[in-house]
Amino acid sequence: MEGPLALVVGILIATGVYLMLARNLLHYLFGLVLISNAANLAIFIAGRVTRAAPPLIPEGLQVPPEPISNPLPQALILTAIVIGFGLLAFALALIAQAYKVLGTLDVDSMRIAEPIPPKREKSL
Amino acid sequence: MDKAGDMDGRERNEAAPGRLLSLLSPVPPALFAIVLLILMPDISDGREFSFGVTWVAALGISLRFYIDGLSFLFALLISGIGVFVAIYAAAYLRGHPDLRRFYFYLYLFMVGMLGLVLAGDLITLFVFWEVTTISSYLLIGFNNTSAVARRSALQALLVTTLGGLCLLVGLLLLGSVADSFELRQVLASSEAVHKSPLYLPILILILIGAFCKSAQLPFHFWLPNAMAAPTPVSAYLHSATMVKAGIYLLARMHPILAHTEWWEWILTCTGAATAAVAAVAALRQTDLKLALAYTTLIALGTITMFLGSDASAAVAAAITFLLVHSFYKAALFMVVGIIDKQAGTRNLNKLGGLGRCMPITVIAASAAALSMAGFPPFLGFIGKELKYEGALAVASEPALVATVAVFVNAVTVTVAGMVALKPFWRKKPQQLPKVKEAPVGLWISPLILSGLGLTFGLAPDLVGGGLVEPALSAVLGIPETIKLQLWHGINIPLLMSILTFILGVTMYLGLRRLRAWLAWDFKHAPTSADQMWDKSLELLKAFASAQTRILQNGVMRRYLSVIFTTISLALAFALIHSGQYPLDYNWPQLNLKEWAALLLTVGGAFMAGSARKPLIAICALGALGVGIALIYLFLGAPDVAITQLLVETLYLVLVAAILPRLPVFNPGRKVLFRPRDATLGAVLGLLITLSLLAVLQTPLVSPTSEFFVEAAVPEGHGRNIVNVILVDFRALDTFGEIIVVFTAAIAAVTLLGHQLRRGKQ
Repeated sequence: MEGPLALVVGILIATGVYLMLARNLLHYLFGLVLISNAANLAIFIAGRVTRAAPPLIPEGLQVPPEPISNPLPQALILTAIVIGFGLLAFALALIAQAYKVLGTLDVDSMRIAEPIPPKREKSL
Repeated sequence: MDKAGDMDGRERNEAAPGRLLSLLSPVPPALFAIVLLILMPDISDGREFSFGVTWVAALGISLRFYIDGLSFLFALLISGIGVFVAIYAAAYLRGHPDLRRFYFYLYLFMVGMLGLVLAGDLITLFVFWEVTTISSYLLIGFNNTSAVARRSALQALLVTTLGGLCLLVGLLLLGSVADSFELRQVLASSEAVHKSPLYLPILILILIGAFCKSAQLPFHFWLPNAMAAPTPVSAYLHSATMVKAGIYLLARMHPILAHTEWWEWILTCTGAATAAVAAVAALRQTDLKLALAYTTLIALGTITMFLGSDASAAVAAAITFLLVHSFYKAALFMVVGIIDKQAGTRNLNKLGGLGRCMPITVIAASAAALSMAGFPPFLGFIGKELKYEGALAVASEPALVATVAVFVNAVTVTVAGMVALKPFWRKKPQQLPKVKEAPVGLWISPLILSGLGLTFGLAPDLVGGGLVEPALSAVLGIPETIKLQLWHGINIPLLMSILTFILGVTMYLGLRRLRAWLAWDFKHAPTSADQMWDKSLELLKAFASAQTRILQNGVMRRYLSVIFTTISLALAFALIHSGQYPLDYNWPQLNLKEWAALLLTVGGAFMAGSARKPLIAICALGALGVGIALIYLFLGAPDVAITQLLVETLYLVLVAAILPRLPVFNPGRKVLFRPRDATLGAVLGLLITLSLLAVLQTPLVSPTSEFFVEAAVPEGHGRNIVNVILVDFRALDTFGEIIVVFTAAIAAVTLLGHQLRRGKQ
């Protein structure tokens, strides 16, 4: 099952990168969504996936009776999903505010922090 | 250039806070010199002292000091001349408001210099080397309100630091070849160094360091500019000590690196060229201090030239001349400082007739100048005879060395006349005010120093056995004896001396015509090293701004491209390096619902990538989120699936809320396909897929997972293992996660805050 998923991760990364390199900040944001999903999936399959049962222990037992899926990546992904959500929500707020202040979503014309350097003047 | 004189007139204040400091200032170097003198008999007997403490044990570096004949000679010169400079500076800078700063710099420099010559460890040597660089920067720029002084200081700093960096690399290489940083062991492994393939890099790097410090061609230009410093500093640093640091290094490295053609040719040619160029430049100067600065260059070039040889006579000439030069040059700089202070100028054309008003200064000046010109019975004469003897002993190019030696010595005679005759005995110019003799604090130091030149000339054994001989033995690495004496009989060196005097006196008499000719010549010269320095700094700045424009261009997409390209290259390297080719993967059979989930995900991704309207893109992302949630669900991770669905929904709600405030994509413009970005994305995606497949081929060993599964019920008291991990085993992680989400929320509210509030109104 990991092989096709690895392929899916690659596709998500490819489209994510393509979107992040766009001039429009919203495209950038959607690219970020794709890449964070791809990262979660990558963690998931790195811990090996099977069609096994979920990591639950039935009442009355100390350990699961049958093979279960690896619980550790799942815990990591849960954390990652929530933190990814925080990041995306913040990025969205930032984009909205940037549009309000600068009047554009074109990243190439957002040059306040790093203005276009003037051509060197010939001195001496 | 030197504003110290003016300062003194304006702000003279007998009760100035630096008064006591001035009085006590000669004491520390004097004490040090006395300690050294006590050691002198032992050093003469060829004994060595080494002591130190471990500094960085892991790297084999220690703070170690080592005294042998060579370091003894230098240390005694530094502390001994330091005493006289301190006395002179106390009078010269009396009442200067920044006196304390001055003494701090001066002592810092003195400590650096002593540490450098006494260092018994290559790294210790380098550290003190840099201390002298920094303190000389501070001293040259002492008069910090003058732009000239600041420029000169920066120039000296940059040139000597450049040399310092080369030296560091050279010393590290040397240490690795010798397998030790301790000087004595390095000295003992000369043979290994010579055989090493690194010999040439070591040699060149160390020589660059020494040449920068000792102002050898092509790094010579900073030294005349360094005359922007107050005169006591010039007398000390730029004649007697700092520039000799490079000479010390050459002498120290002589037993380790010399005895090769490379060493011989580089040193002989560089030294000869420096001396010759400086000699021509010295004749042009009308500023007495500058003229002396150029004779310092002559001296440094000459010493370097002689150190190139491994003939005993040549090395002896270098060491003796070093000693001679320190005495007369410090004295002459002080005399020029006196003239500057008392007459208000040090321009040769504006001075004259000082001889009658300043009888004591005249004596000091004459004695020092006679030693400089090499007249008997001064020590300078012995030094000069030795130079000629050494020149003839140089194996490779005795004719070249001898010619250069005669020429530069003749110029030295001329400059000696310029400094010691013209200001005192020429007819007094009309506009020069009445000049008084300097106070005792000013003339005592040059008088004693030039007197020493005479004393040692008459009784050369005082320095011959105790100073020159041990240093000579240290440089040559074998015990060597030398007899310093005034009269050698009629021989070739004496004839060369006579030739020198005739040439020097002729040049002195024809100085006006010579100057006119040189001025014409220099006007037609293409450029000077000083201008080249400015140009190279300009180039450096242009290069810096050009590469900033490329690398720090402020275009975010370009930054991102660089990041993604770097990741791709790193992954590709790792894949190739690991040698794993994960393509022989056994593809599994998928059932229908799995196909559906995968297709939903991939289709969503492609649609989001190509959507022209934000709303469609958001729908596509929603489909993608559901697809991924389904994947989690089918593969035994229902908790993750639920969270994914919830977060996805929440996120879409947020986007939908914000979206009306934002413009649609590229209004009125077609979304163009960007092949370059698509290629970069495809390459990175492919590499990540391959890396994941490679990872999957290595067996998974996860004791942590096993522990969590086994301990969930007995220790965590929970049946959902993922939940137990999150809220029990890794509870702090979850706590951190909550903090992150809260921080993001607070930041987002702050950003959107006033919009929300305005919406309410």
